[in-house]
Amino acid sequence: MKREADEQGLIGALSTGDISPDQPAWHIASPQPLPAPYELKPMPSGTAGLEGEVIEVSIGPHHPSTHGVFRMDVVLDGERVLRLKPVFGYLHRNHEKLGEQGTYLSAMPFTDRLDYFCSLTNNWAYALAVEKLAGLNVPERAQYLRVITAELTRVLNHACMIGFLLQELGAMGTPLMYAFREREKILDLFEALTGSRMMCNYLRFGGCRCDLPPGWAEQCTRVVEGLPRFFDEFERLLATNEIIMARTQGIGVLPADLAISAGVSGPGLRASGVNYDVRKVDGYGIYPRFEFGVPLGEHGDVYDRYMMRMLEMRESVKILQQALRDLPTGPVIDPKAKLRNFRPPAGEAYGRLEAPKGELGFYLISDGGPSPYRYRIRPPSFINLTVLEDMCIGHTLMDAVAILGSVDIVMGEVDR
Amino acid sequence: MDSPEQIKARVEAALPGVQLELRLNPAVPAESSLVVAPAHAVAVARFLRDDPALRLDYCSNVTGVDWLDATVKEKVKTRRLVAGEEQEVEETIERKRPGYLEVVYHLYSVALRHGPVVLRQRTRNRFEAVQVASLTPVWRSCEFQEREVFDLFGVVFHGHPDLRRILMWDQFQDFPMRKDYVEPDDYEYEPTPHDEILDKARRHYPTGGTA
Amino acid sequence: MDEGLRSELSKQGVFTTTLQELYNWGRSNSVWPLNFGLACCAIEMIAASMARFDISRFGSEVFRPSPRQADLMIVAGTVTKKMAPLVVRLYNQMPAPKYVIAMGACAISGGPFKQGYNVLKGIDRYLPVDVHIPGCPPRPEALLHALITLQEKMRGEPLAGPAPARHADPAAPGEYPVPAYGPYDLTPAKNEELWRPAPLPRGE
Repeated sequence: MKREADEQGLIGALSTGDISPDQPAWHIASPQPLPAPYELKPMPSGTAGLEGEVIEVSIGPHHPSTHGVFRMDVVLDGERVLRLKPVFGYLHRNHEKLGEQGTYLSAMPFTDRLDYFCSLTNNWAYALAVEKLAGLNVPERAQYLRVITAELTRVLNHACMIGFLLQELGAMGTPLMYAFREREKILDLFEALTGSRMMCNYLRFGGCRCDLPPGWAEQCTRVVEGLPRFFDEFERLLATNEIIMARTQGIGVLPADLAISAGVSGPGLRASGVNYDVRKVDGYGIYPRFEFGVPLGEHGDVYDRYMMRMLEMRESVKILQQALRDLPTGPVIDPKAKLRNFRPPAGEAYGRLEAPKGELGFYLISDGGPSPYRYRIRPPSFINLTVLEDMCIGHTLMDAVAILGSVDIVMGEVDR
Repeated sequence: MDSPEQIKARVEAALPGVQLELRLNPAVPAESSLVVAPAHAVAVARFLRDDPALRLDYCSNVTGVDWLDATVKEKVKTRRLVAGEEQEVEETIERKRPGYLEVVYHLYSVALRHGPVVLRQRTRNRFEAVQVASLTPVWRSCEFQEREVFDLFGVVFHGHPDLRRILMWDQFQDFPMRKDYVEPDDYEYEPTPHDEILDKARRHYPTGGTA
Repeated sequence: MDEGLRSELSKQGVFTTTLQELYNWGRSNSVWPLNFGLACCAIEMIAASMARFDISRFGSEVFRPSPRQADLMIVAGTVTKKMAPLVVRLYNQMPAPKYVIAMGACAISGGPFKQGYNVLKGIDRYLPVDVHIPGCPPRPEALLHALITLQEKMRGEPLAGPAPARHADPAAPGEYPVPAYGPYDLTPAKNEELWRPAPLPRGE
């Protein structure tokens, strides 16, 4: 409602003609006024002395429910949210500037630290963009290894996300402990393969850094076989839990058209019923070879966003089973790919993929030199937060915490 | 999906008076971009979003790019007298190109599942004429991303509902992603094999002693 | 008391202690950390508190969201210049005795992001750090090791005498100045009394 009014006001101002050159170069807009429907109404009679007043609360950047160093400036009427402005930048680590200062390859370890739950999909997104820019091919075995590691990452991320969401709903510890138990199993696989638990730095342009160690595929198959049991256990514990349903159903509804316009991606977009999965749409890597479904939500509320993660983990297991079954032999890196003195031709490329949190993209401009002229990350967590205010307005503060948890953000990626 | 050339022709046919410039991309030709003047940007964006054959309803990525003043070398064919007869000669001329800031939009269609179409806006220079039109009224996803471009590059988006710094603190006075940004001098010696970092440390301690 | 006499007594079933030892033993076995994560390392900090690594074996599972209830600040992750004043303020809000663990390369020196314009090059520019843990990120075992190191330090802290522990010394500052946001950098860029840059070796 508020947005449409804004839009018309702006269009009216803009369509009249050119931008006048005497606009001040430094122009900071004043904060928006409170949305009209939520102005304070006089209290009913007989409650004299109990009139509420609007209070402004700054939640974060150090707050246990804000996933690290995220801050929300919230205007409250009692417990009801009137306005919610996210404040970013407390983890702004200048990733893009550092990426432009080093070589193409030296940006790869930095991508690990973007979304530090999902270093392998970050690696892949960056490798995808560079391969598109330089026209590199990826050998068959490396493609399978990329799919296997990416889907393991997705399971890991979704399990932890559900754990954190439940923690914010008040289930202190227990679901998170279940999730971290599975995370440790997957991290052991990553550590055996890449040498590091979290910061894997595994992919290279045109392939992967190294081949599987002996016994890895068997161990991975065992872990994947054990996952459905964990999902069943997790779902039995949570999916029909009365408190969870009461706290999440109908909360933070995101309509599909707003979700598309606001660039929401990943499970958050599909929970609103939009069938858009970059794995299916772009068919990058070898995803068209696998049979898997794209779960879709109906209501677009917190519960649907939670269920999307649950269902996607099951689909990931299907992909993992197929990939482990068909894993071919062969080289894991294109022999023509150059690691040292790598200079892609001048031009630009935008590569994107379906990271666990949404569409992760890398935009690179090359001037033919050894380092990118422009290195830009399209962070899904950051853009998914655009509609946080729209989802929270009118709900209580404790629901705002649950809604934030259901968006699934990681500050390393939000602020970069 | 239509090629960038076809989209350019469609836009120019549908919106009289609008001129788009095609910026070729040699690496990925399908991602050649359309440069639109800020005065027409909202109308063009609206057309791209609403045209039934394009329906670019999803603005995925908004990026700022800083182009410094540069000398561009161009190869031009001219006719001139060589050894008594007129020949076509290719010669390189150097041209000074003033710097500008650029905002790049990557557009996709969720409805028709195609993309990307790359749209660009340019400012007139890098100092005082840094206004472009905000596309937040067309695609809501530009809201935070344009704020980020404003914060890090200093592009002013005309018509943005809430243009404030987003990543740096409000009192900050520079645009750190610009190519000529100078960082605060807080380097310190560290045992490192990287020459450039050692150079920075030497500049910081000119006498070579303790700080 | 003489160590030999004490050992003899303990063989006879008589255990002796001092108030200082008893006090340090008690608090070193119940270090309550601040529930405070900055970046990647915070995930490993959470992992350390989960079933596999189980930080509660060392009495530190009670992560407190409020600085008023915490003894230990684990600076887990990159401290940016935008965040640094808030970290110092949180430290100032903690009651003494209080300790700081700098977890990971970023908290120690800026780590991989050291060249960034918004990255603080080590939290020891503003706060006194008791234990540094290298690694990017350090494994949960490394955090446990840092905790044990800190416990050893706490057990050896004298409560009186010529060089008492920080919290027992009335002359030692309990709070540190909070830097302000400046137009280009934090002002001041470092706490001069607390931190001096390493000397640049000559003749290399």
